[in-house]
Amino acid sequence: MKKKTKIICSIIAGLVIAAFIVYVGEEVPSSSMLRTVLQLGTIYALVAVSMNLLNGFTGLFSLGQAGFMAVGAYTYAVLTIPVAKKANVYYLYGITDSLANVELPLWVGLIAGGLLAALLAAVVGAPVLRLKSDYFAIATLGFSEIVRILVGSSPFNRITNGSLGLNSIPGNPSYYTPFIVAAICIAVIVLLLTSSYGRAFKAIREDEIAAEAMGIRLSTHKQMAFIISSFFTGISGALLAMYLGAITSTTFPIMLTYNILLIVVIGGMGSVTGSIMAAFLVTAAKEWWLRFLDQTMMIGDFQVPLLRTGFRMVVFSIILMLVVLFWRRGIMGQKEFSWDGLINFFKRIGNRFRGNASKKGGALNG
Amino acid sequence: MTTTAFLQYCLAGISIGGIYALIAIGYTMVYGILRLINFAHGDIFMMAAYFMIFAMVDFMIPWYISASIVIISTILLGLLIEKLAYSPLRSSPRMSIMISAIGVSFLLQNLATYLFSALPKQYPAIPVLNKTLTFGEVSTSVVTFITPIITIGALIILMAIIKKTKIGMAMRAVSKDFQTAKLMGIEINTVISVTFIIGCFLAALGSMLYFTPRPSVFPLAGSLPGLKCFVAAVFGGIGSIPGAVLGGFLIGLCETFIKAAGYSEFSDVFTFILLIAVLMFRPTGLFGETLAEKV
Amino acid sequence: MDNAKPSVLRLEDITMQFGGVVAVNNLSLEVRQGEIIGLIGPNGAGKTTAFNVVTGVYAPTNGALYLNDNLIITNYPRGKMKELYQGENKGKYTKSMLLSPDRITKMGVARTFQNIRLFKDLTVFENVLIAKHMNVKANIFSATFRLNRREEQRMKEESMDLLRILDLDKNKDDIASSLPYGKQRHLDIARALATKPSLLLLDEPAAGMNPQESDELMHFIGRIRDDFDLSILMIEHHMQLVMGICERIYVLDYGINIAEGNPAEIQNNPRVIEAYLGVDE
Repeated sequence: MKKKTKIICSIIAGLVIAAFIVYVGEEVPSSSMLRTVLQLGTIYALVAVSMNLLNGFTGLFSLGQAGFMAVGAYTYAVLTIPVAKKANVYYLYGITDSLANVELPLWVGLIAGGLLAALLAAVVGAPVLRLKSDYFAIATLGFSEIVRILVGSSPFNRITNGSLGLNSIPGNPSYYTPFIVAAICIAVIVLLLTSSYGRAFKAIREDEIAAEAMGIRLSTHKQMAFIISSFFTGISGALLAMYLGAITSTTFPIMLTYNILLIVVIGGMGSVTGSIMAAFLVTAAKEWWLRFLDQTMMIGDFQVPLLRTGFRMVVFSIILMLVVLFWRRGIMGQKEFSWDGLINFFKRIGNRFRGNASKKGGALNG
Repeated sequence: MTTTAFLQYCLAGISIGGIYALIAIGYTMVYGILRLINFAHGDIFMMAAYFMIFAMVDFMIPWYISASIVIISTILLGLLIEKLAYSPLRSSPRMSIMISAIGVSFLLQNLATYLFSALPKQYPAIPVLNKTLTFGEVSTSVVTFITPIITIGALIILMAIIKKTKIGMAMRAVSKDFQTAKLMGIEINTVISVTFIIGCFLAALGSMLYFTPRPSVFPLAGSLPGLKCFVAAVFGGIGSIPGAVLGGFLIGLCETFIKAAGYSEFSDVFTFILLIAVLMFRPTGLFGETLAEKV
Repeated sequence: MDNAKPSVLRLEDITMQFGGVVAVNNLSLEVRQGEIIGLIGPNGAGKTTAFNVVTGVYAPTNGALYLNDNLIITNYPRGKMKELYQGENKGKYTKSMLLSPDRITKMGVARTFQNIRLFKDLTVFENVLIAKHMNVKANIFSATFRLNRREEQRMKEESMDLLRILDLDKNKDDIASSLPYGKQRHLDIARALATKPSLLLLDEPAAGMNPQESDELMHFIGRIRDDFDLSILMIEHHMQLVMGICERIYVLDYGINIAEGNPAEIQNNPRVIEAYLGVDE
């Protein structure tokens, strides 16, 4: 395919996606599952891409996402809950005086959420980044739990409202907000990854010792990746708070990190487009397509076995295990989406069908 | 704090520490052999509790038979997980196995929610363990008292197995150098299976001791204790069994005293701060060995 | 020996001890401007360890290391090593000054690896381009928002030139691990050269090559020395290569420097023959 055709294709594809989002926004009723999936999927896409920046591109296996999301979400909430509603929200413990009259514009809250997460990453990063792969993972996991417990603990009652959590959080000013914010953030991450620094991150992933021998200072580069990833994770936490309208410390359990990790794995460690696709796929499957598994179903007088509350998540986790075990590259592996890749993909499928037909259904020759 | 109260707390701390130690052994052994943080271990521990409920409540089997059923089924579960989720990834990067372990943990939690519902279930009373013992002014239940004894007993037996038997020698060899051990004709798969059998046996035992004095079991009940036991294993020096036991006791004691001092909200925070502190200042833990990477 | 040429690298009494094992014992060595120096010895003699000390991967236990006559690394037995130390010159060095590998690369010392550590999943071009990163002036923000176009352009051109010189330009977009073995070796060297070193350390560049390939490599090494104005220190087992190209050779055995001299001297040195062939007892 020529370069020009590719650009045209990309523009068309971009327009189609944008048109779809607008269509859903304008025409589909707001209670529709499709809207939920698009909005939630967008938020997950952003977290997944920022996690991928660390896990897939820099080779740092971090499991602290939920913690950084909590920081972003709480910062956003604390700074933007309308003053008039504060008395209601903090009815039990009251609010610290310094925050009582604070009501910042939403975008300030959003960026502050990112910045505080980044600041925390800078503080934690220095010691934790010295650790080797799995120790780093477990340390970030521990950090995430510390954050979660602390935001729900009594000393912070007058800021985070302790175990009651926060509500009346200002929601999306418009249906389009999460799409615009996530698109900008992901674009910045992609620009970073294709810059000289992004290449250095990939070098660290491939081989730390060789990267160091190429003059790349491991500590500062890891630190940068960690801080930037946490910044965007914080932003996505703020977006989630915006979407949910109410948060407590239990909104951000380790399970949330695992969910995001599995999105990254399904999309392919080291592929931005893969993470985005997987975020929507997983969200759609979990929130929408597999919903029927949770309901008892009758076909005539026959009750379909197994279907009851919880089965959806079991099926979902089995699918995940199958991906982890048999399809380790995920959707995209380390590659990014490209038109050539798409054409090759269809050619391969075509060949396979033709090949099978000529062998008269040699099903084993897959 | 009166002396009686102090002793009472000590006993409680040592007791919960003993349980942590039992589970931490499972983490440390699997890590020693496979270099894998078995994220699913805490959930295996949780499943063992449900097996007990199943056997004793749903089938009304007496506790001593139930206990053996629980131990056997927990071991089978562990072996099944190893065969299905870990062994196919043996030659792939460590990150893949770790992700697989996280996946298994996710699956077990969801499976438990599906099979047993998310609502807490009451753990059956094991009559022998629930009796009250009184030493002077300190009174305690049998379970609190025998847990540390069982732990120490298990440690002694385990150390004997590892030091004296052939399989123990094989285990030591594999944990020193996986590849070389393989070349020397050690049956890697047997060693790994035995490791999981021991780990799951101790997890099942720990589960009975842990849940007996506690009101209920729920699908996420294994997740936090699991993490704490991993911290215990790291603290003692991952790969070292006496280290894991020591770490377990220490975390149990600290936790109990923090709770006693009225900071129960922060007992888990303490555990994780301890984890990060240990990793920073002595990543190899108390008894761990340093491994140099070859350039 | 032509003492007029300035010294590029000088090792003084370098000892590297791991626990109770002395891997390099009291090694002194010098590389002068424009020289190609060989470091040979049987397997396990401590050659790669010496390289790792020079490149900052290991901190030496004792001794000093000078680059262009400036002291850059020095250490003495400290902590646990105080009692364990079995090497010589204890007490001669009293300072500790260590550098990380990236700093040493920035000072103009580049290396290749015995087991070729390429960035396997990246393209040939990216492999070389990454080596240019250390001199990037733009900070992470201006690089992300492409405010350093000119610098980026220059880096890419330089990398392309290098690939052309090393005959890798046709493989520019190939994934590094898909290259044939010989080309991977070339790429390893190209990547090292991209850091613009004044001293190049080659760790067994001819490993796994047939005589014809290693002959080509010999000419190649000579050529890059002249073209890039390098001094070269190399570990090698192919004696023909070493004897054919090195001006001076150091022989290590059990971590000890047992001989030093020009190829002819080394070939006739009884201790070297003994180290390689063993002695009848």
